[in-house]
Formats: sequence, structure tokens, C-alpha cells
Amino acid sequence: MAETTNGHSQSYVGTRTVRPDGHDKVTGRARFGSDFNLAGQLIGRVLRSPHPHARIVSIDTSRAEALPGVKAVITRDDFGDQPSEFIPAGEMMMNYKDVVRNVMAREKALYEGHAVAAVAATSVAIARRALKLIDVTYEVLPHVIDVVEAMRSDAPLLHDDLFTVGVDPKPEKPSNIAKRIEIKQGDVEAGFEKADVVIEREFKTAPVHQGYIEPHAALATFSEDGSTELWTTTQGHYIVRAHCARLLGLDVGKVRVTATEIGGGFGGKTVVYLEPLAIALSRKAKRPVKMVMSREEVFKASGPTSGAVVRVKMGATKDGKFVAGFAELKYQAGAFQGSPVQPGVMCAYAPYDIEHVHVIGYDVVSNRPKVAAYRAPGAPISEYAVESVVDEIAKTLDIDPVDLRMQNAAREGTKAAYGPKFGPIGLEETLNAIKKTEHWNAPLRKWQGRGVASGFWFNIGGETCVSLTVNEDGTVSLMAGTPDIGGLRASLAAVAADELGVPYDKVRPIIGDTASLGFNFLTGGSRSAFSGSMAIVEAAKQIKADLCARACKLWEAKPDQVEFSDGAVRPLGALGEKVKPMSVVDFAKVAGKTGGPIGGVGRINAQGAGPSFGTHLVDLEVDPETGRTTILRYTVAQDAGRALHPAYVEGQFQGGAVQGIGWALNEEYIYGEDGKLQNAGFLDYRMPVASDVPMIDAILVEVANPKHPYGVRGVGETPIVPPLGAIANAMANATGIRFTELPMSPPKVLKALKDKGLNRA
Amino acid sequence: MARVVLVGNLGQLTGGIAEFDLPATTVKQLYEQLTELHPALGHHLDEGIAVAIDGQIFQDALFEPIGPDSEVFLLPQIAGGSTPV
Repeated sequence: MAETTNGHSQSYVGTRTVRPDGHDKVTGRARFGSDFNLAGQLIGRVLRSPHPHARIVSIDTSRAEALPGVKAVITRDDFGDQPSEFIPAGEMMMNYKDVVRNVMAREKALYEGHAVAAVAATSVAIARRALKLIDVTYEVLPHVIDVVEAMRSDAPLLHDDLFTVGVDPKPEKPSNIAKRIEIKQGDVEAGFEKADVVIEREFKTAPVHQGYIEPHAALATFSEDGSTELWTTTQGHYIVRAHCARLLGLDVGKVRVTATEIGGGFGGKTVVYLEPLAIALSRKAKRPVKMVMSREEVFKASGPTSGAVVRVKMGATKDGKFVAGFAELKYQAGAFQGSPVQPGVMCAYAPYDIEHVHVIGYDVVSNRPKVAAYRAPGAPISEYAVESVVDEIAKTLDIDPVDLRMQNAAREGTKAAYGPKFGPIGLEETLNAIKKTEHWNAPLRKWQGRGVASGFWFNIGGETCVSLTVNEDGTVSLMAGTPDIGGLRASLAAVAADELGVPYDKVRPIIGDTASLGFNFLTGGSRSAFSGSMAIVEAAKQIKADLCARACKLWEAKPDQVEFSDGAVRPLGALGEKVKPMSVVDFAKVAGKTGGPIGGVGRINAQGAGPSFGTHLVDLEVDPETGRTTILRYTVAQDAGRALHPAYVEGQFQGGAVQGIGWALNEEYIYGEDGKLQNAGFLDYRMPVASDVPMIDAILVEVANPKHPYGVRGVGETPIVPPLGAIANAMANATGIRFTELPMSPPKVLKALKDKGLNRA
Repeated sequence: MARVVLVGNLGQLTGGIAEFDLPATTVKQLYEQLTELHPALGHHLDEGIAVAIDGQIFQDALFEPIGPDSEVFLLPQIAGGSTPV
């Protein structure tokens, strides 16, 4: 049992407790999105555009509606139009003009796979047949896929009302450039004049999908009185509720959403696709409607993250001090504005203390599916480019790459490139941890290379509501409102057990539906364990205060004669000679006699999220005959602030590293000249599998976040930031070639080796 | 007075002025004072931005106190796991 700065003892926080969801997941009992069914349910299917860009001249659903077994058909006509303005929705500002067009194409289909109509039928076979009976007349338009081509003034235009924001004067003509943003600090040109070495490179990254194994799924039932129930796999059921209510003109309070067990999200399940369609179909058919995407649909119609072109120019003095950093970021947003270029801009130079920084970003639409969030949205792309150039500076100056990063690392008090000063942060500690590993000094052979890179993510807090209820036998029911995608239940249960002084296995954590708790922002950011644990502390505080008050009444004592500690209300001073301490279990037995049910509700807007920095170290080997790259060894060091559940935190580190390996080496959306996706399946979209990666070593660095009662920082986003740069740097060391385009897939590597005459072992 | 710095594109709404000294004691007051000086900012402040007060980032925290010597940065809101649409 350890003492902490907030004065209470801890038995479970920081330990590897049994996962509350473990048994059900390994036995198959856990119910994921597609596992839910209702009596009389229909099957919903979506008709999707075969064209990357086409005007929808007409949609005739009459033949489909006449097919026996078809109970409802919906099109753009079933969704009211929305104004083009950003309005609040579930703690986010949304432009519902775009949202309504993304869930169901309106004037135009803007990407291959864009939903054009949907049917609900009594069987899958009938639903499929019905889709073929929907007659859509398209006027096919020229398309544009590549971000640079989309920025050209003569590029096919996706939206004739899209005028670039952030340029002065306002453009007179629309374009595909939705926004230009920039951050500036100091005088970057003056900074470059002080530099002894200046390196400038242009990098290109491919769009990659989050690759969650569970496809999108939704089951909706709409009642005649307007009340709606929805089961869906999501990272934020309150956000789903907000979107569906808005898109379908429903009262928020009448929409009850249950988040099912989730088979991966990584940011990709923070938006709606099937949910409003399932409700609209159910409303029309007057029966429950279940919809599940195929893998092909997931690839073609849900959001990957951006592909991008990034130009980086950095200057350093000959003794290794970074003096200037410039970057220009062009991010694909997909068919609607809203790429993660803003965080990309802000994160690019965040790990370093640089006096002069200037970063420009462009948010660019093209005929691809609208991007969605993907762990640390935007950051891996810009930081990959910067980390590659940092490594080149190290080589040019003959300085150890970890030492160079250490010399320039952001520390407490450093003014971040995006403005404010950092509080306590742990980048330096992660660099030190990496340098102390045996891995750092292990020998390498020919065609093997070692790379290092660091990464940053802000982390966030936000609105959070949890409840703790002490049951009549003293066990505790814990309800959270943010879906558990990375260990939330185990982490919160440990905090609740420690706060109330009850055994961990007597706390049963569940995720409540939207009718059970106050508003919760979604799981992402990283925020759920950070914010949720703060809210649990608040809820437990209420319970402890309540029990103390009850004890005072029972013992006829004054408030200063009792205290709650180690799971019991204890009499203080002379009172201790008259009465014995009462545990939570003791109070549970007399709850009715002493005031009724015992419980607390933590309702907070969590602030004080502490940024997390990480440093990754990777060894790889290149096969010069095939261009294939094998990851040999991988070590992650990251600042977790305080790891509530170390095994889950390590899992976050390892998962981020593996996703980064895929992003760096193989994954990409491949489009043909026809603007159609060529590899919409896991056979051709090459994600790493277990046999592709070694065990990822995880080093937990804990620089406490002073704004959190346990010192916690979010940990889920940062681990995907450094891998791209670390692997690119390792590749440069293995081959002597600086690859500037991701993925570094075998054909590209082989070509580069051949071009240099190096393709022989 | 608190030193207030606008980060990114917000400065385009204030005629290029990116730094202010304001007597605000809360985020709410800060928004009101900025909007009075530059009405074009109001809509963007309502839309949601992040406020860094002495290095600590706050989002949607109207009542957060600002000290007389505080350094305040107005930043684009950080959504993390979410981007619009």
C-alpha cells in the first residue's frame, strides 16, 4: 500500500489488476456492435456511389419499394438540409451542412462509396436485390484525388461555395482549399541567418485507415411517440445522440444510445455513418433496423486519416542548437473540410525549444472519403517530417541523435512553438530512459539500422459524468459514460476501490447509456481515464462526506470528531473509546435506516490535461533483394504521468507503435486513374499482424501531472506519433538512403536500392 | 493586467493585432473585453477555442480565473479524437 500526494493510501492504482471485461471477451460473451438484435428487426443496406465525383440527377426508388420484403427506402429526401454554419453539438462545433451530406449524398456524390440511398428489408438477400432496383442517374464529373492536384486553380471543384478561410483578402473564387492556417513565433528568416546548417526536405505520407477490426454497426428502433433507442459501436454515444437528434429533428432527450463493446476505434468511431440511416429507416418502416458495414464499406465510406505533403526546413548552429523551424503542411480532408491540419501545425515543433518557428497549413478537399480522427490526429504526419530532418541535422553535425534531441528538448518553462509555456513534462526523461536501455547499444549487422524519434500530443479533458453506487451488500456499482476502448473500466475501478477503501473485485464498472448519466464527451483526445478518474474522485468524495454525516448522526458526534480513511468512517479522539469504526459495508447494511441509498455522481468539465511526450527506438533490417523491411526490435518510452493500470498503458504504447509500423512501412490507400480505391480489404491493405512485429518493450516514465489527483496524463495518442520518424531514421541508417515518402513499402525500397545500385546483399 | 496573445488565424480578425493587455479576471471577462474591442472575434470565441493561462490549457471554462500578471494564449480548440463530420 503506497501513500500518495493527495493523502490517501492506494492498493490498486498502479497495479495490474484483472481486467473486468477480460472473461467476457475471451469467452465470446462480450457483445459488440453486430451482436445486438431485436425481435422483428429488418436488415439495412446502403447503396453507394460507384463514381468518385458525380452530380446526382435523379433517384428513382419505386422499383425497390415494390419488391416484396422491402419495408423502407431512404434517400437525400429523408434528411432535411442543414445550414452552413458551425453550431454546438455535444461539445463540438459541427457544420451540419457537411454532416448531412456525408451520411447521405445530396446534390453530388463526392467519393466512391458515398451513400446515395438505403433500404430496410426482411432479409439480407432482399435488401441486396432492392439496392439493384434503385435507379440513380448520375452526371459523372472530373475527379481529383491527390492533395497537390486538388489545390491547383484548374482542379475539379468539389464545392462551389468553398472559399479559402484564413487568407486576406477573401478569395473571389471558390477552390478546394478550405482553410489556410499558420502559427508564428519569432522571426524565422532571422533564425535561419544564425544557422550553420540548414536542411530542407519535402515529405509525402499516404492516407491510412485506423484499421479497427470491428466494422461499424448500428441497431435502431423508433417508436411512434418519437422515442428512439440505438445500439452502436462508438467512441462517444452522447455525440452520436447529438448528431442523430440534429440530423433527424429529434429531441435529444428522446434518443437513448447504448455504446456496445467496441472492437477498436482509434478515433475512427467518433463520427456517425450508419446511425442516422438506421433510425431514419426504422422511423419509416416502423420496425427495428440493423445495419453492419462490410470491410469494403469501412475502407471506402468511413474516414481514414489524411495523406499529406509536408515541407520542412530547419536550421541549427554547428554546436547543435536549433535556431529556426519552418514547415508547410498540405493535408487531405477528404470530401468535406476538416482535416487534422490544425493540430499538425501546432505539434510539428512542439518537442523542441526553438526561438523562431513558422508553420503554415492547408486543409484541402478531394474526392476521397472524409477523414476521421486517428490517434493524435495530424501529429504523426508533421512530426514525422520534423523528426526526419532532426536526424539529418544530427548526422550532418556528427552529434548523437538522442543527445541532439536532449539538447533541444522542451522542458518545464519552455515556450511551446504554439504559444504557451509547458508545465512539468517528461520528454527529457524519455530520452534518458531510451539511452539507458541495452537496446540502444546493441550491435547491428549490415542492412540493419537503428532509428530514434520523439513525439508529442496535447491531451484533453472535457465534460465527464460518472456515478458510484454502494449496493446493499457493500459492493460498488461504477457507471461511466465514455466507451472503454483502452482500459477505462479497470482504471476507474482501481481508483474507486482505493478512494472508498473497498476491494477491487467488489467494484463492478459498466458503461452506462445516454439516459443513465449526464453528458459525457467522447473517448478520445486522450481523455477518458484522465477525466473519468477525476470524476470518480469527486463521486467518492460525496460518498465519503455522506457516510461521515451519517456517522455523526448515529454517534451523535460533531463533524470534526470523525474522518473517512482506509474504507471506514473512524471516530477521532475520545469518541474512539465509545464507538467502533464503520466500514462501507457496515453503512450499506443500514443504508435505509440512515438516509437511503448511498451514492455519488461526479460531474465535471475536466481541465488540467498534461501533455505526453514519448521517444521510440527501433531496429530494422532491409532485405536488399526484395525491399522487404523486418522490424527486429522496438522500445517505447513515454511519460504517462501516473499509470493507473500499467498493463493497459503498456498496451497503448505497444498498439501505437504497431499502428505506426504499418503506417511507415505498408499501409496506404491506393487509387486508380478512375478515382476508385484499389485495395479496400485487409488482403491488399497491408496492416501488420502479430508475426510482423517483435514484442514491443515499454518503458513507463512517470512525471506526475500536478493538475490531476493521481498525476495522470492521457496516454493513448502519443504512442503513434514517433514511429514514423523512428522507422524512417532507422531505414536511412540501414540503407544510407533518406526515404521521404510513406509507406516505405517493398517496391519503393527496392526501387531506391536499385537506383543507387545497392540491391545486392 | 493580463498579457493576452492570439495564436494562429485569430489575429486576422483584429487587424493583425495579436497581443493585448487586458484587465480580465476570468475567461468570461476576457471574451467580453476582446469582443468589445474586436466584434469580429466574438463569433469565433463562441465557436470554441482553448485558453492557455500561465501554461495550463483550458477548454470551455468561462469561469477560470486569470491573474493580473497572467500570460494568456488563445488557441484553436484541441479536439484530439474528433474532427468535424
